[in-house]
Amino acid sequence: MKLKSLTSAVALLALGAGMAVADENAPLVINGEIEIVTRTKAPEHMENMSEIRSGWTFRSEETQKLQMDDFDNPGMIFVDQAREAWETAMGTEGKACADCHNEPESMAGVRAKMPKWNEAAGEVWTMEMFINSCVTNRMGAEKWGWNSSEMVNMTALISSVSRGMPMDVAIDGPAAETWEKGKEIYYTRYGQLELSCANCHEDNYDNLIRADHLSQGQINAFPAYRLKNAKLNSIHNRFKGCIRDTRAETFKEGSPEFIALELYVASRGNGLSVEGPSVRN
Amino acid sequence: MASDVKPRVKVPKTAAAGETITIKTLISHPMESGQRKDGSGNVIPRSIINRFTCDFNGQNVVDVTLEPAISTNPYIEFDAKVPEAGEFKFTWYDDDGSVYEDSKPIAIG
Repeated sequence: MKLKSLTSAVALLALGAGMAVADENAPLVINGEIEIVTRTKAPEHMENMSEIRSGWTFRSEETQKLQMDDFDNPGMIFVDQAREAWETAMGTEGKACADCHNEPESMAGVRAKMPKWNEAAGEVWTMEMFINSCVTNRMGAEKWGWNSSEMVNMTALISSVSRGMPMDVAIDGPAAETWEKGKEIYYTRYGQLELSCANCHEDNYDNLIRADHLSQGQINAFPAYRLKNAKLNSIHNRFKGCIRDTRAETFKEGSPEFIALELYVASRGNGLSVEGPSVRN
Repeated sequence: MASDVKPRVKVPKTAAAGETITIKTLISHPMESGQRKDGSGNVIPRSIINRFTCDFNGQNVVDVTLEPAISTNPYIEFDAKVPEAGEFKFTWYDDDGSVYEDSKPIAIG
């Protein structure tokens, strides 16, 4: 009998010689059927990198394995909760997601394009904004908090039905201005430590920052179940964590700055597969 | 009273007679330890799954005592020998008296 927990992972690390470095070239196949692209050529617009890698390739073997089977992936518990919410009528209209959208599987492909330009609103929208538009306008309910469990679980469900599809975020046309703004934020040094996203995730990925193995900061695998807090984490929540670690005042979840940054960072992952909900440390 | 409790089990559909199979179980449960305090300093009462059992055709396979230090959503994986076709029965016992059950048939083939 095995009781899987953080402690056992920590014990393994302590026993092994130094860091348990996994095979970064191992293929990721979920449930023995969904093939995930974890390494590919960087998109044209990236000037400083030739190859992009999923955060999965940076994790230890034990953590990697958790994502290879939906039963082992703790994030799928929250997907199941969202499946129930999908069927549940709410708000003054008494409608459920299922009343308009049928099965959650009808959302296949949506996650791969997010965030995207919303013509009616005249701005770039993330998945959270599309969901909240449904929740408030079509269902007549109170809007969900950006980082609330209802919201993060629903984004996980919508992401889960697109797994294996390549990220394909549009950065031209009306989205170009927001994308440029996001790029500027990515390369701006923030906080007392004066760190930009690029300092860690472009210049130093695959190196250690103290005990952390730095990834490329890709967001194709979000929402991510983190072993450190045992729940799903949204993209903006992760952005906030990073900026806080530079000892800066962070932007807020759902702020125009984070929406622009999300568009830019998502476009850096164009070509990697949608992976969420993923498992990370 | 724990909410959103949902047991899940993964058992192969078939096995050879006498084969040892791996069974994975997970139950979504907050596993509140009873050691934490809320915002106003009051102890949050303990609420955990305290026992898990698995039986095969009426015979016990494992009987596990769970303690407060076990994390949210306890995952238990174990091996079992399958001598004949039959049914695995899984039972989780909650502190609040609730009992959650699941069962999975297995064929020989």
